[in-house]
Amino acid sequence: MAYALQQLINGVSLGMIYGLIAIGYTMVYGIIGMINFAHGDIFMVGAFLSLIGLLLITSGGMLDGTAAIILVLALSMVFTALYGWTVERVAYRPLRGSFRLAPLISAIGMSIVLQNYVQVAQGARVKPIEPVVQGGFTLMRDGSFAVQLSTMQILIITTTLAILAIFTWLVTRTPLGRAMRACEQDRRMASLLGIDTDRTISVTFVIGASLAAVAGTMYLLRYGVIDFYIGFLVGVKAFTAAVLGGIGSLPGAVLGGLLIGLIETFWSAYFSVQYKDVAAFSILILTLVFMPTGLLGRAEVEKV
Amino acid sequence: MSTPLLEIREVSTFYGAVEALKGVSISVAPGEIVTLIGANGAGKSTLLMTICGDPRARSGRVIFDGQDITERPTHHIMRGGIAQSPEGRRVFPRMSVHENLLLGAQSQGIDPAPGLEQAFTLFPRLEERQAQRAGTLSGGEQQMLAIARALMSRPRLLLLDEPSLGLAPLVSKQIFQAIRKLNAETGLTVLLVEQNANQALRLAHRGYVLVTGRITMSGTGRELLARPEVRDAYLGGH
Repeated sequence: MAYALQQLINGVSLGMIYGLIAIGYTMVYGIIGMINFAHGDIFMVGAFLSLIGLLLITSGGMLDGTAAIILVLALSMVFTALYGWTVERVAYRPLRGSFRLAPLISAIGMSIVLQNYVQVAQGARVKPIEPVVQGGFTLMRDGSFAVQLSTMQILIITTTLAILAIFTWLVTRTPLGRAMRACEQDRRMASLLGIDTDRTISVTFVIGASLAAVAGTMYLLRYGVIDFYIGFLVGVKAFTAAVLGGIGSLPGAVLGGLLIGLIETFWSAYFSVQYKDVAAFSILILTLVFMPTGLLGRAEVEKV
Repeated sequence: MSTPLLEIREVSTFYGAVEALKGVSISVAPGEIVTLIGANGAGKSTLLMTICGDPRARSGRVIFDGQDITERPTHHIMRGGIAQSPEGRRVFPRMSVHENLLLGAQSQGIDPAPGLEQAFTLFPRLEERQAQRAGTLSGGEQQMLAIARALMSRPRLLLLDEPSLGLAPLVSKQIFQAIRKLNAETGLTVLLVEQNANQALRLAHRGYVLVTGRITMSGTGRELLARPEVRDAYLGGH
């Protein structure tokens, strides 16, 4: 019981990270109908930018603890958003109106470019950091086993929920969000209403990348070690989460992320750690075979 | 005739290698209702879309209010006083009626309140259905929404593509009455594309007949209604 509760806590905090990245996949898919394969690497860039920010801030000894983390988070979001914007501008926009596979191939290219760029610029070795946030609470004891909720996990969960709340408000309540949804449902009509669709698509990439940056910061702080290749596996899992939740659905992305996080954690805890990725990807295959629209996705049927 | 609000000069539009419009020239004066009639595939919708820059005319000019808008991007054109209720209505199905209407005004940066009031006076049905998802409306209601949404931007020129298509005669009559009322009360200029030539020519001040990408006839609504060629081809020859 205590052991299961611990796994639940771990699974949720991991799932939040997947969910944040999955939103980027699902939003871009919703608006231009492509899978942005470079998105996992945008997450990796976000983690590296957080690392750089963290080292700058803490080595200066100016700040520590929560203030430092908030500053790191903000810096990483801004610069990662710039990367996201640039990738769209350089690699996808020129191919709009081209055949369907072109931007997909371009995305795979961008993924390789980003990985190699970080590998060259930052080196190929793994980068460890000192734990920044320590401490936590013991929720309950069961014999020798103590259920821990670390301050870091609390931070991940609360930050993610806060950012999701802001983001949900943005998409459902603001004119910008309305324009995004309009482009998603009928881009040509949106431009007939005077909406600058290219700009709206750029904004989508910017938002997706800044959410990935949040995930990158959280990943760095939680696991304390990153390298240029983390974007691949985490990216593919977040993509799995987006498909499981129903690609195109924002609540679906978060739900899918949580489920993938939980499945992976429980599988590792009760079966075998070595096969945790197999478990996650089996879910992808099962979803695609038996429920292609995902949990909250919709079949493309509209009343005419 | 006063200086035209919209003037299309020798416009040719292509879809790939197919020439959909072959040097079309028409003009619409302020306050006029002009209709464009023609068979399926004659290029009527293409002409309306070309005015909006999507697709862009390959040759010829589109002049709106004295300004050449041929090369402007679509969203610029639509912010400058032109609105379209397009073929197939194209309401945003997974948004509420209210949100669809707001989108009509949004890029103009104007207060949506007067537009909403006008929309609900014109089509009271929409007020009842404000919170409903547009995809669940009936065809006639969707058409009303598409027109109301176009009007939200307070356009000077309204482009209407087949507003009666697929609607029950009573509903289509209601929509034609709304257009007449708007034109009479606010002086709104309307360019109307219709297959229902009889109703369209009765409503319009002037009309053009488009046949496979070329204008073959023009005249007042009454004149065209009386022409035997028009009667045979578009009015079922009665």
